[in-house]
Amino acid sequence: MKSIEELMAIKAKMQDKMSVRKAEGETRIVVGMATCGIAAGARPVLNAFVEDIAAEGLTDRVTVTQTGCIGICQYEPVVEVFEKDGQKTTYVKMTAEKAKEVVEKHIKGGKPVVEYTIGAAKL
Amino acid sequence: MDEFSLYVLDIVNNSTRAGARNIRIFLREEGDDLYFTVEDDGCGMSEEQLARLRDPFFTTRKTRKVGLGVPFLVMLAEMTGGWVKIASKQAAGEGEDHGTKLEAKFGLHHVDFLPLGDLCGTVTTLIQGAPDTDFLYLHTRGEKQVRLDTKELRQVLGDLSLAEPEVLAWIRENLAEQYEQMNQV
Repeated sequence: MKSIEELMAIKAKMQDKMSVRKAEGETRIVVGMATCGIAAGARPVLNAFVEDIAAEGLTDRVTVTQTGCIGICQYEPVVEVFEKDGQKTTYVKMTAEKAKEVVEKHIKGGKPVVEYTIGAAKL
Repeated sequence: MDEFSLYVLDIVNNSTRAGARNIRIFLREEGDDLYFTVEDDGCGMSEEQLARLRDPFFTTRKTRKVGLGVPFLVMLAEMTGGWVKIASKQAAGEGEDHGTKLEAKFGLHHVDFLPLGDLCGTVTTLIQGAPDTDFLYLHTRGEKQVRLDTKELRQVLGDLSLAEPEVLAWIRENLAEQYEQMNQV
């Protein structure tokens, strides 16, 4: 069973990381999690981002948060990436697999995955 | 939505959006019935909001003109021989009680009911989305139960956020292990 001792160990390990994050600017990944997002499959997309950002050791500069309905329900699951400089990229019809690709190419590589953006979607 | 856990996620999100600091989620299986209760200390709803809650063309949001969360839940409940009851109270004055309580019953073995689905994923997602809110999650099936209380975790974590991926992973695994024990015959 996952014990309280293990949780205490996580707490001890995380202490120094927290101070680093406060000092740096952050990239924010925002996942739409209203009824429309949930019904379209936003939960696995969110979980993929949370797990992948942790697995890649990016938690000190990238945060993953949830928001409500962005207003383009037909394109859900929708994910917005906000860069430090304020630039925003909107990804539509996301999946857990696409999320992994976005982390690899955009968050780590610095190049948005154009084919998944709203600009590339057929309007 | 193709699993029950997504309905839970969607409905409890209403409590977090209502600014609740404490949310209690109960799932109780009794024979062929499943009871689902959510209690929060959020801002509550006015009588007008409450009266129109089941109307899919009513919403307080500005980004679209429909609100389907509660209507979906009512549909699933009524389709499986159950019901949904909602009571809510807005604070009349400073320091007054406020919040919402939703109770629903579903036919657990009804042909139109859905798989329970990834409840661990729902609880983890709720905590990730509102790491400063306290959640009590209790799922009972006869003598067996799955339980998580973020107040207890916070005592260990201090000022470390519940939204830290390592903490979320611990929560998910802890719940999964509890469910494994519950599902042992």
